[in-house]
Amino acid sequence: MTAAITIAGVHKRFGNLKALDGVEFNVERGEFFGLLGPNGAGKSTLINVIAGLSRASEGAVAVLGHDVVSDYRNSRMKLGVVPQELVFDPFFTVREVLRIQAGYFGLGPECYPWLEELMSELQLANKADANMRTLSGGMKRRVLIAQALVHKPEVVVLDEPTAGVDVELRQSLWVFVRKLHEQGHTIVLTTHYLEEAESLCDRIAILNHGKVIALDTKQGMLARGIGRRMRVCISTAEPIADLPVSLANKLRRQQANVIELELDRDSDSVIDLLDELRGTGVAVTDLHTEEADLEDVFVELVGQGRK
Amino acid sequence: MNPRGFYTLFYKEVLRFGKVWLQTLGAPIITSLLYLLVFAHVLEGRMEVFEGVSYSAFLIPGLMMMSLIQNAFANSSSSIIQSKVTGNIVFLLLAPLSYLEMYLAFMLAAVVRGLVVGTGVLVVGIFFVDLPVHSVVALVLFGLLSGAVLATFGVIAGIWAEKFDQLAGAQNFIIMPLSFLSGVFYSIHSLPPFWQQLSHFNPFFYMIDGFRYGFFGVSDVDPGFSLVVLLLSLGILAMLTLSLLSRGYRLRD
Repeated sequence: MTAAITIAGVHKRFGNLKALDGVEFNVERGEFFGLLGPNGAGKSTLINVIAGLSRASEGAVAVLGHDVVSDYRNSRMKLGVVPQELVFDPFFTVREVLRIQAGYFGLGPECYPWLEELMSELQLANKADANMRTLSGGMKRRVLIAQALVHKPEVVVLDEPTAGVDVELRQSLWVFVRKLHEQGHTIVLTTHYLEEAESLCDRIAILNHGKVIALDTKQGMLARGIGRRMRVCISTAEPIADLPVSLANKLRRQQANVIELELDRDSDSVIDLLDELRGTGVAVTDLHTEEADLEDVFVELVGQGRK
Repeated sequence: MNPRGFYTLFYKEVLRFGKVWLQTLGAPIITSLLYLLVFAHVLEGRMEVFEGVSYSAFLIPGLMMMSLIQNAFANSSSSIIQSKVTGNIVFLLLAPLSYLEMYLAFMLAAVVRGLVVGTGVLVVGIFFVDLPVHSVVALVLFGLLSGAVLATFGVIAGIWAEKFDQLAGAQNFIIMPLSFLSGVFYSIHSLPPFWQQLSHFNPFFYMIDGFRYGFFGVSDVDPGFSLVVLLLSLGILAMLTLSLLSRGYRLRD
């Protein structure tokens, strides 16, 4: 079956700067795919190339088998993009904006019921006749999502859709995006909120300096070497003044009478650790362990990239 | 082909200037009226450019054409630069529209604005003076073609400019001088020979001269030649626009 998005050897150069350096992967149909990376990693450039907003210097991108340059009409019909910036046309109302956007995609009055449904789903119905300028940032963000969906695209790309939105709106947007995914849309998401990628995405690519430095399922990503790390939080009766050298090497954080250590699952033992602490006269009052999360994976991989 | 997409962009562009009609339609008509009042007051009866044609009557077609071309340029250029600066051009670039469809929609909407303003100047002008009509075909042809040339030039300027002041530069250093020095207020025959010759290199001169022919049946050069100049200008500028759009110049970097 044709992949939702095929990215083949994509390079993008801006003068001497390599924004994308041989990016190559597929997003399969029906996936909830996460694209992560630090600022300037090339995420938005890659999305722009997929959307046809920017031309690749080398390589090719296809949406559901349609090349984004040579077969742009079909690829754009299949793709909905929610841009990162809160852009809007100040001349028009919400309803006009949606009707105009639908018109660009060749849709006329027959799609108006769908546009009304979209506005209702995104809680925009009572703002339908309000000028875009008068909307709050959150409302503008909802309009951006509605605009991306006017033509019912099979593949939806959301470029940091929750950047700068409040917690309540973020939650409601995720409920909506999850629903889209359940309805069969392929979703590609870039986000800075790693816990969101962790809770939403099936598969994740991490981009750094224009290169894919990791591409795996969420479980695969967490089970990597980094996943063998384990965090141990220990509470003691009194703050520890001098931590033994062997433990100081593993110290991640120390705050009052709580220390957080990072252990290797294979070579370190929690029992040995407790014995060592007791040997120094420390009274342990509580202990709990945490598995590695996506943030650990991300920090580790990006850190390796910097080295 | 995406005819509805093309029509939507055209309609959106017309709706855009319609929503701010006081600025886009009312203001240029009033400005032309002021030119008419001032110049006609000063020069009426003191000069007769064409035999049997009053100066006010001579001036009105020039003012019509000047406002038509200036507004056609302003519409396409300002719409594109505004969309670029505010970032909302992304909605258009994401749509399955061909370069030709985009160009034609921007161009035709700008021609509509130019024609509405030009007609407005005419409607106001005929309150003051009777205007003969020699050839409706010439009026329509020169009106449409001149609007199309400047609207296309506006598309190019909108694509090229990255800031509003660059566009203002194009407007103040190219469009304004060329339109003022094209014979709006005078016949080039009243100029010294050197300036007469130089005027022949100004494409705006052919727009106004041909348009005046439509009213009076008199022109400085053969209207057929003027028509060819306009067709050639439009062809060259249209090809340049399509080339810029297809390369994604300053739009799909």
